[in-house]
Amino acid sequence: MSITVYVPMDAGSLSLGAEAVVTAIAAEAKRRDLDITIVRNGSRGLYWLEPMVEVATPEGRVAFGPVQADDVAALFDADFLHAGNHASSLGLTEDIGYLKSQQRLTFARVGIVDPRSLDDYRAHGGYHGLENALGMSGAEVVQAVTDSGLRGRGGAAFPAGIKWKTCMDAQASQKYIVCNADEGDSGTYADRMVMEGDPFVLIEGMTIAGLAVGATHGYIYLRVEYPHAQRALESAIQTAEAAGYLGDDVRGSGKAFHLEVRMAAGAYICGEETSLLESLEGKRGQVRFKPPLPAIEGLFGKPTVINNVVTLATVPIILDQGAAFYRDYGMGRSRGTLPMQLAGNLKRAGLVERAFGLTLRELIEDYGGGTATGKPVRAVQVGGPLGAYIPISQLDTPIDYEAFIAIGGMLGHGGIVVFDDSVDMAAQARYAMEFCAIESCGKCTPCRIGSTRGVEVIDRLKAGDTAERDRNEVLLRDLCQTMLGGSLCALGGMAPFPVLSALDHFPEDFAGAAEAATS
Amino acid sequence: MKHAGNPNEPRRGSLPDIPEEIRAAVLDVTGRLKDLPGALLPVLHGVQQALGYVPELSVPLIARELNLSRADVHGVITFYHFFRNKPSGKRVIFVCRAESCQAMGAVALEQHIKQRLGVDFHETTVDGAYTLEPVYCLGNCACSPAIMVDDELKGRVTPKQFDAWLAAEAT
Repeated sequence: MSITVYVPMDAGSLSLGAEAVVTAIAAEAKRRDLDITIVRNGSRGLYWLEPMVEVATPEGRVAFGPVQADDVAALFDADFLHAGNHASSLGLTEDIGYLKSQQRLTFARVGIVDPRSLDDYRAHGGYHGLENALGMSGAEVVQAVTDSGLRGRGGAAFPAGIKWKTCMDAQASQKYIVCNADEGDSGTYADRMVMEGDPFVLIEGMTIAGLAVGATHGYIYLRVEYPHAQRALESAIQTAEAAGYLGDDVRGSGKAFHLEVRMAAGAYICGEETSLLESLEGKRGQVRFKPPLPAIEGLFGKPTVINNVVTLATVPIILDQGAAFYRDYGMGRSRGTLPMQLAGNLKRAGLVERAFGLTLRELIEDYGGGTATGKPVRAVQVGGPLGAYIPISQLDTPIDYEAFIAIGGMLGHGGIVVFDDSVDMAAQARYAMEFCAIESCGKCTPCRIGSTRGVEVIDRLKAGDTAERDRNEVLLRDLCQTMLGGSLCALGGMAPFPVLSALDHFPEDFAGAAEAATS
Repeated sequence: MKHAGNPNEPRRGSLPDIPEEIRAAVLDVTGRLKDLPGALLPVLHGVQQALGYVPELSVPLIARELNLSRADVHGVITFYHFFRNKPSGKRVIFVCRAESCQAMGAVALEQHIKQRLGVDFHETTVDGAYTLEPVYCLGNCACSPAIMVDDELKGRVTPKQFDAWLAAEAT
């Protein structure tokens, strides 16, 4: 009987040599005349073990990693196809501690199924949510999403149900569902993993959204840096169309839902929802004034639900298992689970989906295993390039939207970037302003001009003596206040977070040149 | 007033002459995509895919085909980092400059690559082999630092690995 071998096609795994591993496994099996079936799954998210090869055995899937092409002959010698012991043996995949302690709801299938197989998707609980939704009214679906407590996972954490209800109640000849797949925050890759590893769940979530609010057309606005996700999505959309899950008559319901992928073009600002809509309309991605809200006047002036990939990909399990099931996870007003992305300088960087409420320290120490360089952790940036730098004294902050706001930060899309003690926080603050200057859409002055002035002020602050340093710090803080209060969107409005947090928690890094020389 | 004059002379407001290769590529793309809602970005992607860049000379033709002003088209091309208005090298190397990669030595890697290739960002090597571009996150943050060569992603790249890859490419 043919033995199934899994080798991820996830971009991260490919970036570490998975393609060469596949080629070697296929060649070696042929040479030894062994009957194997290779499945290209997504990644389990244990990236320090990638490329991670799994073999299906009667006891369950067993894992080996990290595997390089050079290791393949030895793996065959060790009879890895029958769970034979090899230096890279990890045992049963499900028993790996990092994975076992997680609560994977949105990521239930990622790394497990063949992302190109609709049958595999259905065999693992896929499309149960849609089947339920088809038996409900739009208002009932929206109510379920509201009751689940699901909040926008792109960063703003706005309740998804409220957005959907606003769009549902709007009267229009045409409505749209837009998926924000412009995952631009450094330290985040959850959207990419879902799209590459379980694209049907996103399609299902968007279809449910379309049926609920009365939208017949959906767009996935995908960043151009994600060519692997593009291929996975386009293939899945074709398959779903052929099977009647997309098209003029979704599963015989008489309701239409069409879906297409649109490629972005490398502008960070297009992750902001109104810029994204402008870009989809074929324009410069400049931020719009709100109101009107996109739910009332969105894409092409029509009512539009715009949600992040993870938000939409979480909808199917809510409709499948019920709002209460999802709401029972979490703490306070942060309900459900959050797929957190451990990144930067960590021994064990990877994806951790857990209920809200565990602490940053647990993530960094228990999951992450400390820094990859072995040096002490000095700062952690949570929430992408606009997120605050958190000092080790605040590592006991729980993963909760409100708790992060309380310490002057934000959880954002759940990206956690760890720095060791070699980091220069003044340089990080300068980079935050530089990045804002490069990516500003230019519509509002505080962001467009403020970010450039911010770089200059930090340079002067660093170059001068103590008096010059103090003068420029006053100026920098004042500038940050202007940007915080006067910017149109989160780019200018939050770029001060990393700057001010660096200044507040790591003042020693901002000593002027003369000061540093005398101390 | 009736239009008078030699019918063989170009009409006022007609398009400047452009190389046939560019004209054909643009018309092929616009012929397929111009009726899409919000067609400009898909069209620009199509042109860049066909020609490797979006030539300045193609702007009036794109504008006419999509019924937009030249300023609109120019504005969109220049807004987005991904669109280029001159040809790139045979391969484009995107080096991530974002925080996660910074935490794993991206600044040193960036300097090494620049020095090794003898170019700064947005420049092409003299032999026309490589164009170097910055990128702000490739979504490979668990395997930092990352670079992408065309659409081939590479993780945990060290200066030594980069040199080895470059040497392998040259052979």
